[in-house]
Amino acid sequence: MSKPDSSNDNTSVVPTNHKPKPDKGPLALLIATRKGAFILRGGKNRGKWKLSEPIFLGQMVHHMVQDPRDPQTILMGCRTGHLGPTIFRSNDFGKTWTEAQTPPAFPKAPEGEQGRVVDHVFWLTPGHATESGVWWAGSSPQGLFRSEDGGSTWEGVSGFNDHPMRDAWVGGLGDGTPDGPKMHSILIDPRDPNHMYIGMSGGGVFESTDRGADWKPLNKGCVADFLPIPDPEYGHDPHCVRLHPLMPDRLYQQNHCGIYRLERDEGVWSRIGDNMPRKVGDIGFPMVLHPRDPDTVWVFPMDGTTVWPRTSPDGKPAAYVTHDAGQTWKRLDKGLPRKHAWLTVQRQAMTADSHEPVGIYFGTTNGDVWGSTNEGKKWDCLTRHLPHVYAVEVAEHLK
Amino acid sequence: MKVYVPSALRSYTGQRDEVEASGASLDELLRELDQRYPGFRFRIIDEQGSIRPHIKIFVNHDQVRDLTGRLRAEDEVSILLALSGG
Repeated sequence: MSKPDSSNDNTSVVPTNHKPKPDKGPLALLIATRKGAFILRGGKNRGKWKLSEPIFLGQMVHHMVQDPRDPQTILMGCRTGHLGPTIFRSNDFGKTWTEAQTPPAFPKAPEGEQGRVVDHVFWLTPGHATESGVWWAGSSPQGLFRSEDGGSTWEGVSGFNDHPMRDAWVGGLGDGTPDGPKMHSILIDPRDPNHMYIGMSGGGVFESTDRGADWKPLNKGCVADFLPIPDPEYGHDPHCVRLHPLMPDRLYQQNHCGIYRLERDEGVWSRIGDNMPRKVGDIGFPMVLHPRDPDTVWVFPMDGTTVWPRTSPDGKPAAYVTHDAGQTWKRLDKGLPRKHAWLTVQRQAMTADSHEPVGIYFGTTNGDVWGSTNEGKKWDCLTRHLPHVYAVEVAEHLK
Repeated sequence: MKVYVPSALRSYTGQRDEVEASGASLDELLRELDQRYPGFRFRIIDEQGSIRPHIKIFVNHDQVRDLTGRLRAEDEVSILLALSGG
């Protein structure tokens, strides 16, 4: 497999004058946990970190995301063990919160038919940079929702939710994660707000070129070894899909069955995880891209052997990075526990800032948050003893 | 009529554990409460009109699973959190 040249492909690379400059200001980590949300603020030079008091303590917060078009705004998707799903919005970076007037919900089914029910809002994506107030949400079970008023009222995207193939694409309720089937990785092409991708566990990767009115599977070349069909069109299990804003015709995914890269002009996923050390394997959940280098990607491998422990292989946690789009990988474990550390990092729980050098952060299901301010060369534990971490996102350009 | 509000829903009712509401049915009563306390209903009733799995609603001493049953002015409605662990 050859490495595509990311410097000369003028058809797919956003002009270099769009290349973002590294941020130098203060940043924060938005930490969503099984029992509330937290904001971890970085001090000068990303040094001293200060943890907020719990936000909505006890609520299951699946995702908390800053609006890059309005950096003081945060949305979070949450529910409780008893209460149904909703979305909260803060316009003052977490000081006060307002609940959505109409949270994501499927339409009421006709009398005598069984309708779908949103169990939780799993994923939030701010809309295109030119579309102030637009947000997208992915639910469990798989549903796509859009808000055009900053997250106050939500409507189902009928082009997906009512698509005649939707049920076939997603399979049954058992065809998902242990925590329920999910729609995630809602990606908007920075060149065109009508061009989108979604990932579904289960279901696979899908593409829309008309703002969600219709969808097509995009899984060619990707293995689904849990299905009896050798090369299925859909039914795959992408854990995390990423699109590089500087090279939007390149996608990466950490899949249930390995690490992949797709060049759109080729149209076939290539298993770049085959280049990972065989003893470690290429199973995992999150995947993180370098904000300014489409060839640099971090993953955090999990044990996907036997009964799928989903813990760090051999009890020795490490991130791996590639700087050549997946041809070679390097282990990054300095500062992490050397052994007896059975960490799990979920698909939304690893992220990067846009500083120079890039900061990489991840949260674990046992409630620790780790960070590296030198692109993974050395890790420090930033805070511990939180509840089970579901998601970690970076917030920048803060006041 | 009197409605008992569990702790998880008191952020909607200004921390009141008991509120007055009216309605010819539980459905009407919950819609009225939702008018006064926006968001209240959807946290306990899903989009298909079913009581959520870990919520129980009693009218007097009887558990109710259907929102359409008639209510009388002297009834007492209790919204309860079902047992759960973890």
